Amino acid sequence: MSTPVVEVTDLHVSFPGVAAVRGVSLAVHPGECVAVVGESGSGKSVTARSLLGLTGEEATVTAGRLAVEGVDASRFGERQWRSIRGRTIGYVLQDALVSLDALRPVGKEIAETLKLHRAAPRHELPGRVIDLLTEVGVPEPAVRARQYPHELSGGLRQRALIASAIACGPRLLIADEPTTALDVTVQAQILRLLAERKRAGQALLLISHDLAVVAELADRILVMKDGVVVEDGPARQVLGAPEHAYTKSLLAAIPRPGSRTTVPGDVVIRAEGLVKTFKGRTAVDGVSFELRAGQTLGVVGESGSGKTTTARLVLGLLRPDRGSVEIDRRQTQVIYQDPLSSFDPRFSVRRVLDEALEVGGTPRPERRRRAVELLEQVGLDESVLDRRPLKLSGGQRQRVAIARALAPRPRVIVCDEPVSALDVSIQAQVLDLLTGLQAELGLAYLFISHHLGVVHHVSDHVLVLKDGRAVESGDVHQIFTAPADPYTRELLAAVPGGHYDQTDPSRRALPGREQHDRLVRPQVG
Amino acid sequence: MIRRILTRLGTSVLVLWGAVTVSFTALHLTPGDVVDVLIGSSVVTPEVRAQIIADYGLGEPLAVQYATYLGRVLRGDLGQSYQLHEPVASAIGAQLGPSLQLAGVSLLVAVVVSTTLAILTARRRPWIRGLSSGLELVGVSIPTFWTAILLLTIFSFQLGWFPAVGNDGLAALVLPVIAVALPITTLLTQMMREGLELTLEQPFVLTARTRGMSDLGVRLRHALRHVLVPTVTLIGWLVGLTVGAMVAVEQIFSRQGVGQLTLTAVGGKDLPVVMGVVLLTAVVYVVVNIVVDLLYLLIDPRLRGAA
Repeated sequence: MSTPVVEVTDLHVSFPGVAAVRGVSLAVHPGECVAVVGESGSGKSVTARSLLGLTGEEATVTAGRLAVEGVDASRFGERQWRSIRGRTIGYVLQDALVSLDALRPVGKEIAETLKLHRAAPRHELPGRVIDLLTEVGVPEPAVRARQYPHELSGGLRQRALIASAIACGPRLLIADEPTTALDVTVQAQILRLLAERKRAGQALLLISHDLAVVAELADRILVMKDGVVVEDGPARQVLGAPEHAYTKSLLAAIPRPGSRTTVPGDVVIRAEGLVKTFKGRTAVDGVSFELRAGQTLGVVGESGSGKTTTARLVLGLLRPDRGSVEIDRRQTQVIYQDPLSSFDPRFSVRRVLDEALEVGGTPRPERRRRAVELLEQVGLDESVLDRRPLKLSGGQRQRVAIARALAPRPRVIVCDEPVSALDVSIQAQVLDLLTGLQAELGLAYLFISHHLGVVHHVSDHVLVLKDGRAVESGDVHQIFTAPADPYTRELLAAVPGGHYDQTDPSRRALPGREQHDRLVRPQVG
Repeated sequence: MIRRILTRLGTSVLVLWGAVTVSFTALHLTPGDVVDVLIGSSVVTPEVRAQIIADYGLGEPLAVQYATYLGRVLRGDLGQSYQLHEPVASAIGAQLGPSLQLAGVSLLVAVVVSTTLAILTARRRPWIRGLSSGLELVGVSIPTFWTAILLLTIFSFQLGWFPAVGNDGLAALVLPVIAVALPITTLLTQMMREGLELTLEQPFVLTARTRGMSDLGVRLRHALRHVLVPTVTLIGWLVGLTVGAMVAVEQIFSRQGVGQLTLTAVGGKDLPVVMGVVLLTAVVYVVVNIVVDLLYLLIDPRLRGAA
């Protein structure tokens, strides 16, 4: 077999007080795609960075063997590492908005790699930048090269970032959560671009928290948990016949349609012909819907589709230019994507709940009992009462946010991307909690998300938004199994893993498909 | 863009108009006859007295006086100092050179030194940071007049390295510049280091390093520019502080300059000069702020779009 581009055995990385990576071994060969999957804090990014000597000054790195293109790298100094970075190994981080320098045109960022490694004479740089942008599928490359990151869409930004990583033709491209911040259709485009790189003979190391994302691309999958590789094998085997319980739980946690049986009650929200324009740009254009007690209406769309504006119109935070909303706002609460920024960091959980109960009209002597009761409802115990939200995990925080929303005994909860910031397994727990509470308390949810799997999992009805317009709406099963609008079909086809795609057999080449399907395919009667 | 600049200029004119109005009001609120206030502590002939009344239109209604005053200021006529026996504009003009020299060199030194210090100490080993921030604390805490006296005692009187008084040559500029620049340098260093440390945590810094860029390269080519917006803001604000510091420093080092002129004018109740200095300060403030605003646009492309 050929020499691996990178090879590491028994890698240990520790930071003061934390052993982040314990005994990881991996090798990536030319033309091969290896994926490392795990939740945040599993050590997957630290593993990737140690292949570039970029773990930071505080880290202690030891390895049985650490080799780049067959050369022992364990004793590399900063100068030798720098000659590897960008030239032999390219690195793409997630979210190009913050991974590209906001104050420089993207063309300069791409040229920087070439300049640092003297890969091209100065006068050839502009031409090379345009070639690279063309190679990663950026239209009008000459114009784009002069633009700044904030002037580009998420997809174009990510492409520019990839162009800067592959500028010197590295043998290995490491992509750390390359699509996490992207909408589903853009995500599919970027994954296709990475697949092209792989076909061109480039080795790929994919880091992700999402098994579905890596499923189409990876030849080999390593599953990491708490700094240790718990499962390592060919993708077919890991996805089709996982051995470790954790891998199984990751696969099971991929949101999938539930078998919902809810009984619709009376109408709690009725929105008719909502129109909202900002400075001449129409954000919401004639959206109507109805939400009944005990039911969930999923609102899906990509960023800029008008989801959040619709939510704000419903909540009365914005006034519609036209149209009307019938809703009892005293009985409506909200849960946001990032509860941390919606809590006062100085408040303890007790004070957060106390305040919500006070607003809800609970008399002071009863508040403590109610607070404990609320925590029990969301699966927490009273030990968290005196902790601050900052000290809680992401999942616990979102549970506190739900408890706060429940405090005034609402009938309707508007959930704005409530699980988007959470790891998959935590995501599943929070979704289960929301479903359970709905059944118990007869709540109605207006559930906003860009994640189709999540929406499919929790909704009774779905509203698909594009450019402020409702392109399709109806029963969840109908929309997910027989979408009528081309845009809905495009959205569904773009979901990684392709498990919604019913038309194109070539995309179902994933090994172990049957097992995977059983887990993620919609269970249609 | 054009609209933004026009708005900016419009508000600047408002600020200047405000300054003129305030000094006019101050003149009329000062106890005593306006003529006496203008003359201050000097003695003048009845002819001069009549001339002042005519110049300021003091026999006319207040509104006419105000209009007359505004018109004269617009023509660049700041009035006559009856103590210095020369027009206020030329009195200030004569002192402006040395002051601008001192202020300009001090700011330049402060910016260069603090940028260097911030780049060298941001996210370095704890003892380097500790040493630097300890020194900065001392620098910020010592009042300027005390720094000036200390420098004078050690380097002029005891060691005799630099002249103790006067404006002649570079050697005479060294100690005053240190005295004025010290608090500005320490404030700027603290802020820039903090900004750099936040910026160095950003993902784009990691990206630059994954391309093979050196640590120093990242600091100079990427991180520094991100710190410039708050730095420029702070410098704009510190220019105001510098004006105050110059009064003390020019006095202690017996330098010529606007600070010295102001002090004398205030002491001798030479109101026309004081009013002139107030206007000058307002002009400096306005100009600096326009420059700061334009620099923002130069530094951060995201702000250009917001225009």
